[in-house]
Amino acid sequence: MSESVVIVGAGQAAAQTVASLRAEGFAGAITVIGDEPYLPYQRPPLSKAYLAGELALDRLFIKPREFYDDAKCTLILDTTVTRIDRELHRVETHDNRSIAYDALVLATGSRVRHLTTNGEDLPGVRYLRGIADVEAMQSYLKPGVKLVIIGAGYIGLEVAAVAKKRGLTVTVLEMAPRVMARTVSEQLSAFYEAEHRKAGVVIHTGTRVDKIGVVDGTSFVVETSAGRVPADIVIAGVGILPNMELAEAAGLKVANGIVVDEFTRTSDPKIYAVGDCADLPCAHSVTNRARLESVQNAIDQAKHAAAAICGKPKPYTEVPWFWSDQYDLKLQIAGLSGPQDQLVLRGDPAARSFAVFRLRAAAIVAVEAVNAAPEYMMGRRLIAARAKVAPERLADRAVPMKEMGG
Amino acid sequence: MAKIKYIEFSGKEHVVEVKTGMSVMEGAVKNLIPGIDADCGGACACATCHVYVDKAWLEKLEPMQEMEKTMLDFAEGLESNSRLSCQIKVSDALDGLVVRTPKSQH
Ligand SMILES: Cc1cc2nc3c(=O)[nH]c(=O)nc-3n(C[C@H](O)[C@H](O)[C@H](O)COP(=O)(O)OP(=O)(O)OC[C@H]3O[C@@H](n4cnc5c(N)ncnc54)[C@H](O)[C@@H]3O)c2cc1C
Repeated sequence: MSESVVIVGAGQAAAQTVASLRAEGFAGAITVIGDEPYLPYQRPPLSKAYLAGELALDRLFIKPREFYDDAKCTLILDTTVTRIDRELHRVETHDNRSIAYDALVLATGSRVRHLTTNGEDLPGVRYLRGIADVEAMQSYLKPGVKLVIIGAGYIGLEVAAVAKKRGLTVTVLEMAPRVMARTVSEQLSAFYEAEHRKAGVVIHTGTRVDKIGVVDGTSFVVETSAGRVPADIVIAGVGILPNMELAEAAGLKVANGIVVDEFTRTSDPKIYAVGDCADLPCAHSVTNRARLESVQNAIDQAKHAAAAICGKPKPYTEVPWFWSDQYDLKLQIAGLSGPQDQLVLRGDPAARSFAVFRLRAAAIVAVEAVNAAPEYMMGRRLIAARAKVAPERLADRAVPMKEMGG
Repeated sequence: MAKIKYIEFSGKEHVVEVKTGMSVMEGAVKNLIPGIDADCGGACACATCHVYVDKAWLEKLEPMQEMEKTMLDFAEGLESNSRLSCQIKVSDALDGLVVRTPKSQH
């Protein structure tokens, strides 16, 4: 058994790794090294309640400081790990500290993808990943401010919903022909587009951003294939990139993230990778591998890493799940979509409570539920069981979800 | 501010003060009380903060919203006094509240 575990990154996955190591009975030393100045915190509220100003900073923290003290976990914050020495089993930090490990957990997360033209960052564009990003946006969140959002993914649309509530003029620009195109069905895209328009958000899909002109340092003109849009602030949510360079430089296998097996082990048996940074085997994905950008995955992979470090490895088979809050709509998704899925609609979008089920080879593989908890909760179970339910039955709301099993 | 008693499945009791405006779930997390995971952080999306509310307190709580009701419906070990602790907002009126955590969350 390992004597000392070092965790790189102090986010969602790191906090869970600490909790699960102690829950599994690990008695050795635990050190967490993170480059942000904060205790590990939850990111989901950053584009929801925290952005809306409805949540105080300390309510973002996953655990209070006493938790780490109690767990005898050394937290080294504001510190970047710059190198892994796999021969000596040590990590080095930017301020020349060197810390030894018996087991190393990489929980480095991801960073936002930047918008560039000819390799240069577009001027004036802000991104949303951490607390500091939200703080820098707060002063703009007031009535009349012109906000342009580039990218109609979850984060872009959540920001749009919050900004609209706070009285801003909001325009969303999306390159794809529909919103949230990467992750949800056309039915959901159409529904969400209509909801945002109803709230007063202007959405241009199929629209390319060419250039951003700086008017006077405090205002901008976004030049797009659909015309020019003036902006006081531009926020982009155009995807993330896994933080895998540290692993790559150490010679670990990387692909669409740090490559791990079903026990979260990298190509070095002493090193594990969990959360947004990991490229993992995933039977729910049509390609059998995935990189999952979600709280669920950060938590569940962390549990598996802790179990493996404690000599109790179990394969990761969890059904992926995710949520998004926009206006009074709760979107809950379980499973992963594929391009050939058969889609089954249950409920009526006009009633603002419905779900789209995805079937592959007749088995339920995913559910996208809008204000529809029974469909989501039962859907998770059906996906885990790879259950086959006749589409007509699934579509029939007269048959309660509880009766869909077996 | 309210004093809340959390009783673990094992019977172990924790009495802590929780600030007004926080949820019963946050009170547990902040005070390191086991048995309330709250994976989603209080978004009513995961049903891992399920508690049993002492019967005497049940009708003193704000009634459940539809989302909580339906999420609970699929939680393990559902009882007539089940609630999701992330959806119970703490106020002075809840001083003395007693909740128990279910076996499945330990
Ligand atoms: C605005 C926003 C909204 C979201 N909403 C949802 C949602 O509704 N539901 C959901 O399921 N998920 C949501 N997510 C995604 C979810 O927050 C992430 O999947 C989760 O945080 C991943 O956890 P992690 O530990 O892998 O990475 P992180 O939480 O990002 O933590 C990684 C940490 O490691 C640090 N780090 C990286 N490299 C180094 C290094 N070399 N040295 C030291 N430290 C380093 C990083 O700076 C970071 O602090 C959202 C994310 C964002 C940004």
